[in-house]
Amino acid sequence: MPKKVLLLIGTKKGAFIAESDKARRKWTLRGPFCETWPINHIVGDPETGAIYAGGGNEWFGAAVWKSTDLGKTWTHSSKGLNYEAGEDPVKAVWSIAPKNGSVYAGVQPAGLFRSKDGGKSWRHVEGLRKHPTKPEWQPGAGGLILHSLVPHPDDDKKMWIGISAAGVFYTKDGGKTWETRNKGTRADFLPEGQNYPEFGQCVHCVVMAPGEPDLLYQQNHCGMYRTEDGAKTWKSIENGLPSSFGFPAAAHPRDPDTVYLLPLNGDSAGRYVPKGKAAVYRSRDRGEHWDKLTKGLPQQNAYFGVLRQALATDSLDPAGVYFGTNGGVLFGSRDEGDSWEPIAEHLPVISSVETLVVDR
Amino acid sequence: MSATESANTIIVRLPAILVDLFPGSRRRVEMNAATVEEMVDELERLWPGMRDRLCDSTPAIRRHINVFIDGDKAKLDTKISRGAEVFVLTAISGG
Repeated sequence: MPKKVLLLIGTKKGAFIAESDKARRKWTLRGPFCETWPINHIVGDPETGAIYAGGGNEWFGAAVWKSTDLGKTWTHSSKGLNYEAGEDPVKAVWSIAPKNGSVYAGVQPAGLFRSKDGGKSWRHVEGLRKHPTKPEWQPGAGGLILHSLVPHPDDDKKMWIGISAAGVFYTKDGGKTWETRNKGTRADFLPEGQNYPEFGQCVHCVVMAPGEPDLLYQQNHCGMYRTEDGAKTWKSIENGLPSSFGFPAAAHPRDPDTVYLLPLNGDSAGRYVPKGKAAVYRSRDRGEHWDKLTKGLPQQNAYFGVLRQALATDSLDPAGVYFGTNGGVLFGSRDEGDSWEPIAEHLPVISSVETLVVDR
Repeated sequence: MSATESANTIIVRLPAILVDLFPGSRRRVEMNAATVEEMVDELERLWPGMRDRLCDSTPAIRRHINVFIDGDKAKLDTKISRGAEVFVLTAISGG
């Protein structure tokens, strides 16, 4: 039986944890953790209960922090989290994914690391940066970052990753070799006639549907997409959305057809919620139709954005949905997005929100 | 010459926010080191992981970490004379 729901919040000034019981009506906030380092992503491993937080400090570089007591105490390590001497050094950790006994870390400049000892030490998965397209990878506004880690739930040789702005890549051999997986996603920032390249798309976020590993959803700089064939081909699902721009996407914990997005007004229009009115968009049919969810969200003078890893669902029934803004407000819904209320205000810029349901 | 006389004993002063990251470490460290690189090696031996906080994989002292010896900014290959006091400082940085 679930006893506690933890919201794991990465911010520009450390990690925070909001905690509630399964009713999710009252929340208590703890933090800041990780010595107020900028934390780009903080995730929980449902198998072990460990919490990992990745970030980078201007003074001390990149590291992954770990807590095995739900945030009371923390250690950090960056052992092995380095490129070879002479390469542009690792600046920050941007994404973390524990899966099948490994922990994966995506970093800036874009690369992938794997830990097999619970984050004590790391090894570079070199195959990705040996990809022939690597010399042409271009950084987005946030830098050349590997932000989306989508490991296959059952086969630890298979994984999809997203790099801004190099696109989606897929491995089926544990990271030795990688294939580009961007067919059908646009690059509006390239000259006319060259808008569907093999790679170079500005992918913002990729998530996997529960129970269907080949069904992925993608928020891109230029549109929203779905694939049903493991990213061999992508189909636009932006009909019915207020813009083609946004950062995060979140899958439902049980229903593969349900997906959440938080569109922003456009890349050159301010990158805040359209018309200053906040809304989460939910589809129950894989992106064919969208519901605009606004109950409890500010409907005037709202000029915030939501970053790529700052929208999440929990695993309870009905599912909780949460997002954190770049203005430091954390909103939550305990009814699958039908209604919302603020959980925490006045936080630093929120980079990421994830959930961990624990039974102790 | 005895071993003690040949040792290049120095004093290293570390910033508080670095010491906070390594339980058991301390702000004033007496050690033997003839270069900044040897000093970093000894800090790493004492508190594993400290090298990565001070140096990147270039390898070089991190951009926003300053090492001063007798008022001069030092690099990894800078020599340290016996009895010198080495200050490791965090630069003005952040936002």
